Amino acid sequence: MGAPLNGKIAVVTGGTRGIGFATCRRFAEAGAHVFVVGRTESSTSTAVEELRGAGLDGSFTGAACDVGDPDQVKDLFQRVFSAHKRLDILVSNAGVLHDALVSMVTPKIISDVFSVNLNGLLYCSQYASRLMVRGGGGSIIALSSIMGTNGAVGQTVYGASKAAVVGAVKSMAKELAPRGIRVNAIAPGFIDTDMTRSIGEVKFSERIGSIAMGRAGLATEVADVALFLAGPMASYVTGQVIGVDGGMLI
Amino acid sequence: MSNTHAQLVKVFAESLLVDPAMVKPDLTYNSIPAWDSVAHMTLVAAIEQEFDLMLDTDDIIGMSSVAKAEEILRKHGVTLP
Repeated sequence: MGAPLNGKIAVVTGGTRGIGFATCRRFAEAGAHVFVVGRTESSTSTAVEELRGAGLDGSFTGAACDVGDPDQVKDLFQRVFSAHKRLDILVSNAGVLHDALVSMVTPKIISDVFSVNLNGLLYCSQYASRLMVRGGGGSIIALSSIMGTNGAVGQTVYGASKAAVVGAVKSMAKELAPRGIRVNAIAPGFIDTDMTRSIGEVKFSERIGSIAMGRAGLATEVADVALFLAGPMASYVTGQVIGVDGGMLI
Repeated sequence: MSNTHAQLVKVFAESLLVDPAMVKPDLTYNSIPAWDSVAHMTLVAAIEQEFDLMLDTDDIIGMSSVAKAEEILRKHGVTLP
């Protein structure tokens, strides 16, 4: 693989596992320096250790941050600013999933899910976009979900938060395009990660049945789309929601 | 006039595309067509670049005048008269 992100600075939230981890890896293979952001110091350092051991072209900085906490987000981007004075790529991937029927949803579930899935995107984008302006532009990639466009039983809150991500992405794309910042969303379908495995084997198997390609997606297959959106091949792509779902919506 | 103050006036004038003579402490956000919300973000980016700092979101919202901008810069350790 070439190095389309050579010398680029990237922040990947939720970078310690699943789609985020695969994205950190892809970006480093493409030559970027990646801030691997996780909720805890231990998860972050474990992920960075594993990535560093893979002998990739790029390099990594671990950073613990609860993206739902604006003060922690500010500290995260202050750290990026101190080290590099700029930022080229943000992948807002941190997300939480609460499977609950609408009649069973509690205020805490709503608050927890929106805090990370939506507020985290907004807080990170605020600081990221300002750092990107300093470098003449950049790419913000938000992880939405097929649940945000199609929904599913038990996914009312999660689906609402991911639909909100699309709304935020469309507006930010219009607002930031004149400053050279592209903003896009990826809407993964059913991807085989710790998060989707948490719904249980029975439901996991049921969901596979609704996918045209007959299998769950891989985190690396989502990371490949993130790499495309982050790099120069997507230089005229903004405000889009790219489905990565194996034909789940056909 | 200190160099730092002159820098700030220059940043305001260049970001808002106004005559430097207009950049007085009592010039306020939205008081002239040139200082609208879009220009405000250009101004913020230029101030951050010029003074090599990163402003808080509260600073951006609170930067409602040239005088306020000076106050915020002082808070971030920039020496102004």
